Amino acid sequence: MPSNDPAEDELYQERILDHYEDPYHRGRAPHATHSHEDDNPLCGDVVHIDLAIDPAGNVKEAFFEGDGCCISQAAASLLIERIDGRTVDEIKRFTAEDMLALFGAKLTPNRQKCCLLSWRVLQSAIYSPVAAQRTNP
Amino acid sequence: MSTVAPVLPLDPDTLRGDFPILSTVLHGTKPLVYLDNAATTQRPRQVIQALVDVYERQYANVHRGIHWLSDQSTDLYEEAREKARVFINARQREEVLFTYGSTEGINLVARSWGDANVGAGDEIVLSEMEHHSNLIPWQQLKERTGAVLKHIPITDDGLLRMDLLPNLLTERTKLVAVAAVSNVLGTINPVKEIARQAHSAGAVVLVDAAQSAPHQSIDVQDLDIDFLAFSGHKLLGPSGVGILYGRRELLDAMPPFLGGGSMIRRVKLDSFEPADLPAKFEAGTPPIVPAIGLGAAFDYLNHLGLDAIHEHEKLLTARAHEVLSAVGGVRFLGPAPEKKGGIVSFTMEGVHAHDIAQLLDRQGIAIRAGHHCTMPLHKRLGITASARASFYFYNTLAEVELLGEGLDGAKRLFRRK
Repeated sequence: MPSNDPAEDELYQERILDHYEDPYHRGRAPHATHSHEDDNPLCGDVVHIDLAIDPAGNVKEAFFEGDGCCISQAAASLLIERIDGRTVDEIKRFTAEDMLALFGAKLTPNRQKCCLLSWRVLQSAIYSPVAAQRTNP
Repeated sequence: MSTVAPVLPLDPDTLRGDFPILSTVLHGTKPLVYLDNAATTQRPRQVIQALVDVYERQYANVHRGIHWLSDQSTDLYEEAREKARVFINARQREEVLFTYGSTEGINLVARSWGDANVGAGDEIVLSEMEHHSNLIPWQQLKERTGAVLKHIPITDDGLLRMDLLPNLLTERTKLVAVAAVSNVLGTINPVKEIARQAHSAGAVVLVDAAQSAPHQSIDVQDLDIDFLAFSGHKLLGPSGVGILYGRRELLDAMPPFLGGGSMIRRVKLDSFEPADLPAKFEAGTPPIVPAIGLGAAFDYLNHLGLDAIHEHEKLLTARAHEVLSAVGGVRFLGPAPEKKGGIVSFTMEGVHAHDIAQLLDRQGIAIRAGHHCTMPLHKRLGITASARASFYFYNTLAEVELLGEGLDGAKRLFRRK
């Protein structure tokens, strides 16, 4: 949620720059069962997400790769850190509003798209088994 | 960092007094540094006042009413056309059409001339550096007709591969359509030479002058081109008006583009006879007041002189290259300053273009970030987005220094470790 503290609204705050420069789980999941990739053609941001989901619906591995602005990449890192070890049901319940709240800093509508890119990719990834992509590319 | 300042041919500090918006202060304390002129320029009081005058004293529809106001409005509208004719040195007023902007002008040619003259297998030559507005109308023509599109490649530093043009021109080439100045690279293209070669091959030549008309003088007769399109809002005029020049013989032979009022001589229930030029291509109520405002913009530019404007921008561009080079980690898109107009596009190691723009905005500096309506060009350059600073005669060397300081700050924010 936007706060009254200007430091928390600050876009390029320490926490966000840290995630941009030293991201959580950037790379490919070694045992990915699900994955998805999408971009934001207007600005060129790209995010790819790999998940290893066990039969009980637990996310055992979560990784992302991508390219783009500080917001899109920091948001992806924040999101992967947030959902790693959680369940598919929890991911389904994680709304766009939750994503903006997780990011924290105040964003203009244009830059909300950057922040929500990884969230969109994640919501598709849980429905995109890797095996299906291999057999039916 | 600063050396002895070059002497500018124009005095931007004085001229800025004509532009109310340039005295804006942002975020409490930051004077606006407007470096997004390739997207749109600002307007001087002289243009704003011309719009106010028409609305307050002389506004009615044109070419219609048998009344005093309509005559006033029509005279001003046609005076603006004459000013546009002089501005580009067209032979006749009938060759000068008011459009809604460059985009409509190019679409008009693609629809009207293209549909009548281009068939399956015919070839259209464009370039890799074109703005989407000079790509998509031809892609749409290709979809309608089965024409073939070819593109003049560019060098890594953003110059047209003119050595390859002769091979691209064949007996099937119907049209060559290129930008006079690239909206990203700033490259000034050799339009006259392109036109010479295209005409030798029997092709028609269209020039997208959106980025050249505001900055350098244009002479359609000297260039010997067939069509030329530009927008009013990029040269001090209002948005919603542009100019399309067309060679008389071509326009005469072309079918009308949009149908409606004004473009007809006579109408029956199931048929019509088109009006003479230029009305034939100006269906409906035209952008009357924007056109009159554009006339005032031509007056203003003529007073300064396009050559002086070009010289001024060359100095700013050269200085910008020095200042940005000093920041470090900057990759320039496009050729060396002496080969381009007042456009400096770049990427910065480790900082995405949108972050650059957002951080500069905090300093009151407005630049453009993104693909600038040139996705294929960005792909060719191996990037997805870039930052672009673009100058006009009211920009100062001090603003170029502020740009450098802003970029230095952006770089430091992202390289903390």
